[in-house]
Amino acid sequence: MRSFSKTSSSATVLTSPLATPFYSPSQGYAPAVSLSSSSIRLVSSVAAAVSSSAGMPSPTHFNGTSSPGTVPFRRKAITLDTMNQHLRCADYAVRGRLAIRAEELRKQLSNGDMSLPFDEIVNANIANPQAMDQKPITFFRQVLSLVQYPQLMDNEFAAKIFPRDALERARILLNEIGSTGAYSQSQGVPYIRKSISKFIEARDGFSADPNAIYLAGGTSSAVSSLLTTICSGPETGVVIPVPHYPLYSAVLTIANASPIPYLLDETTDWGTDIKYIASVLEKSLSNGVDIKAMVVINPCNPTGSCLSRDEIKDIITLAAEYTFMIIADEVYQANIYRGEFHSFKKVLRELQRDFPGEFDDVELASLHSTSKGMVGECGQRGGYMELVGIDERVLEQLYKLVSISLCPAVSGQVLTELMVNPPKPGDESYTVYKAEYDEIYGALKDRAFSLFNAFKEMDGVSCQEPKGAMYLFPTISMPQKAIEEARRRNEEPDQFYCLGLLEKTGVCVVPGSGFGQKDGTYHFRATFLAPGDDHLRRIIAFHKKFLEKYS
Amino acid sequence: MMSFSRTSSSAGILTFPPATQFYPGLRDYFPVALFSSSIRSMSSSMAAFSSSQGLPIRSSSHIAARSRRKAITIDTVNPYLRHADYAVRGQLAICAEELRERLKNGDTSLPFKEIINGNIGNPQAMDQKPITFFRQVLSLVQYPPLLEDEYADKIFPRDSIERARTLLNEIGSIGAYSHSQGVPYIRKSIAKFIEERDSFPADPKDIYLTGGASSAVSSLLTTICGGPETGVMIPVPQYPLYSATLTIANATPIPYLLDESTGWSTDINHIATVVKNAHVKGVDLKAMVVINPCNPTGSCLSREEVKGIITLAAENTFMIIADEVYQTNIYEGEFHSFKKLLRELQRDVPGKYDSVELASLHSTSKGVVGECGQRGGYVELVGIDELVLEQFYKLVSISLCPAVSGQVLTELMVNPPRPGDESYPLYKEEVDAVYKTLKERAFLLFNAFKEMEGVSCQEPMGAMYLFPTIRLPLKAMKEAQRRNEKPDQFYCLELLEKTGLCVVPGSGFGQKDSTFHFRTTCLAPGEEYVRRIIAFHTEFFKKYS
Repeated sequence: MRSFSKTSSSATVLTSPLATPFYSPSQGYAPAVSLSSSSIRLVSSVAAAVSSSAGMPSPTHFNGTSSPGTVPFRRKAITLDTMNQHLRCADYAVRGRLAIRAEELRKQLSNGDMSLPFDEIVNANIANPQAMDQKPITFFRQVLSLVQYPQLMDNEFAAKIFPRDALERARILLNEIGSTGAYSQSQGVPYIRKSISKFIEARDGFSADPNAIYLAGGTSSAVSSLLTTICSGPETGVVIPVPHYPLYSAVLTIANASPIPYLLDETTDWGTDIKYIASVLEKSLSNGVDIKAMVVINPCNPTGSCLSRDEIKDIITLAAEYTFMIIADEVYQANIYRGEFHSFKKVLRELQRDFPGEFDDVELASLHSTSKGMVGECGQRGGYMELVGIDERVLEQLYKLVSISLCPAVSGQVLTELMVNPPKPGDESYTVYKAEYDEIYGALKDRAFSLFNAFKEMDGVSCQEPKGAMYLFPTISMPQKAIEEARRRNEEPDQFYCLGLLEKTGVCVVPGSGFGQKDGTYHFRATFLAPGDDHLRRIIAFHKKFLEKYS
Repeated sequence: MMSFSRTSSSAGILTFPPATQFYPGLRDYFPVALFSSSIRSMSSSMAAFSSSQGLPIRSSSHIAARSRRKAITIDTVNPYLRHADYAVRGQLAICAEELRERLKNGDTSLPFKEIINGNIGNPQAMDQKPITFFRQVLSLVQYPPLLEDEYADKIFPRDSIERARTLLNEIGSIGAYSHSQGVPYIRKSIAKFIEERDSFPADPKDIYLTGGASSAVSSLLTTICGGPETGVMIPVPQYPLYSATLTIANATPIPYLLDESTGWSTDINHIATVVKNAHVKGVDLKAMVVINPCNPTGSCLSREEVKGIITLAAENTFMIIADEVYQTNIYEGEFHSFKKLLRELQRDVPGKYDSVELASLHSTSKGVVGECGQRGGYVELVGIDELVLEQFYKLVSISLCPAVSGQVLTELMVNPPRPGDESYPLYKEEVDAVYKTLKERAFLLFNAFKEMEGVSCQEPMGAMYLFPTIRLPLKAMKEAQRRNEKPDQFYCLELLEKTGLCVVPGSGFGQKDSTFHFRTTCLAPGEEYVRRIIAFHTEFFKKYS
């Protein structure tokens, strides 16, 4: 088992396991069975999956070590060895070791430590725009403020403070919701689901059903509910991209299902090669894996690439042919810097229209969130998923699951409504809204290209041109001496590089191994949300020195 | 398999399986192994997989994968989820929504004009008003330009402006992810609140903010459950969150009965027997859930009961999960927190209690706050192994952070205006009014139950619910059987259709065999509906006696 220890100087922050490559076949990453050399787990039968419990310490007191009726002596009921071993095996690097170290350094800085070679920590490890300098959209916050304190609307000064459309929207919402302090329907406020379906209709040119929409407390919670519903044990396979946002592998590991990786192709801008995916599917099926779903992140976290219409058609065709659900993580749908966003839902409806009968049964979950895009309201935990083609009785089970946690935060639901139904031309708030939106978009795009241009300047670094999302995922050609030094320190080479970068520049990124990468390649993921170019110069200088030192 | 079908006229809402009795021995309720005398017998974790009773495992072959119409069907979904029951938003709630829709569409054929949701503790969906100070601060942190507005001091009291400034200074933007464990400043406030409540120090590092207590319970149980051999003791009757979450986690709920004849008290000797039986059967008893004040019974634990439970936990090494979300809903007696009594025992009996593992939960949804929709709350974890805490932290970090607005509300709950503050008089007045209303409504309903033939109910002590017993006439039981409904469910459905009051049948919480109860909140205003209940009950008994 890998180490997972609390760091001494930052007691409130706990560490994640050392970021380990997800893809590398020799890792004991997968909870129940071993990874085959071709990156697909061999599962010949359910029984085999359960009996070959590699890396799964089974509770010892069931093997006759305690006599009936007596309490075996133990100091704690819950220990690392008796807790949920699936959770223990899960990795989540985004808030991992690098993030912990960054917190320590930040504390040093705020305590007046002048010995560090930088005077700020740049958290490029997590896309948290409002923790940088991104301002919230005024109209959104005005409405949120009003629904939280409805007396404001009746205040004599209200009209002097709030535009008419913000007041009006708050009134409509309060009329529908009652109080933001009351539980809503577990699936979300009906009025807000209607707004979302209108948004989807406007986006796709195809109708959307409010009953197919489930509001969620951020996409993470939607993914967790969805995967909890569909995973029925280690024989369940869910195809996930490599590299990918580790939410998926972590949740699958906890759900005791088998993540089946498919590699994105860096040589074609992290493209999706359909023949290759088909071969992954064939192999898994012949190994007895029940492929239930495929995760697609578009625009992609961490690579920043966007799928073409044809790639999407191909994936849907595969789903129809092999009968698996598509989980389309489309939270970055508004973060497009080149080209166009094609929603899976739209392309599915086109295929259903053009090829009657062939695509009728395709199961699709598409996810959206208020945390990304130009909204960037991560802390408000808003979002939704749209479920189409799902068996009614399965939907009932999913509904039961979400109803156990009663409802997502109503304020997050309100924000979701505002995201999908913003001020329109002619509305009093439209001008400000448009200016704010455009400014954020412009800043994100500028920063993406500034970072990209910095990487272009760096020897031994190559990076795809930014197309979407909030990240760049450059490759570093790691000098042999650096790899050796990393091994000596018992660190992954990319992690070694990222730790060095943090210590020298204050810039915190996530090593590629936290997302999975092809064996022998090294990457890191950096958000491009930080303002200014000071930190860019520091990165370039660090890299130069690093190469000098290890070449 | 129980039926679970979508009702036609209320397409947005899905039905639940009919509420089924939790406790009786021979239900196919538990997902994996056989269930006898309330404890699963099982010799090894392998047995759990081989005796897959009720677990449809598809043989997944190449051919099968290609010939199926859907990848996910009721037979291939997570079987543990499929077996989980959660009656609070179940069949009764669905029927209530249908009736509400009919009323809204102008249907005048119904014998009532409004639906009263007594099935769920959702005070602000009734007539409870939020605390003004809390909402002022929430409003200000959502729209910080208000703080600078020239009219701000004409609208907001000084202390809400000041509090909003302090919080924004700590949080940055409410739209930024916070630390996964919660905003450090808010954790400090919570620690101070606990110190004041218990007179023992509390450590901000032990506190994890959560999106309501439900999400804390889910994270906690996900962390501790290691498979079907894991046993977690839960009270019967209990809030079904616990049984449902345990079922989904593939762990074994071990019921202990609360004693109705002594005001739903907790009998330590009975629990000791349950613990012993569990050990004999080879169950790895990892935790015990205690809900105090109790949902659904409304009873409160005495000091001695709390101490007795802690002693059992120390002697048998299991974690205590103390659900204390109703800690300020006390109408008679006093609330004793598990944390406080644990610290007293640790002080008075050195050594014996040092290793006790305790999770205590609190929430902004209940009490006089009643802000269910804001999803605020926290869990305090003491005595937990550090390595386990790290795993728990990893789990909560995967969902990044609880809604920051809910965290802000939690801060306001634990750190409300104090005497001398500008907002204090209004705050005090509002809190007292809410408290008084809750208490009056509880007793109004209680007095109604006292009048009703064949109904008995404990006097309200705490929480937001009453859980009366109904001695159903034989003819009513037969009619229920004829309709293929549980007797208590039949009664509750009739109650709903005749009065518009929606309650939850006792079988949704678990009840002793052949006893019948229902849970109703005591949040609804007015006396009119209470009269409708009495009239319904009188007729029901007339009809079936």
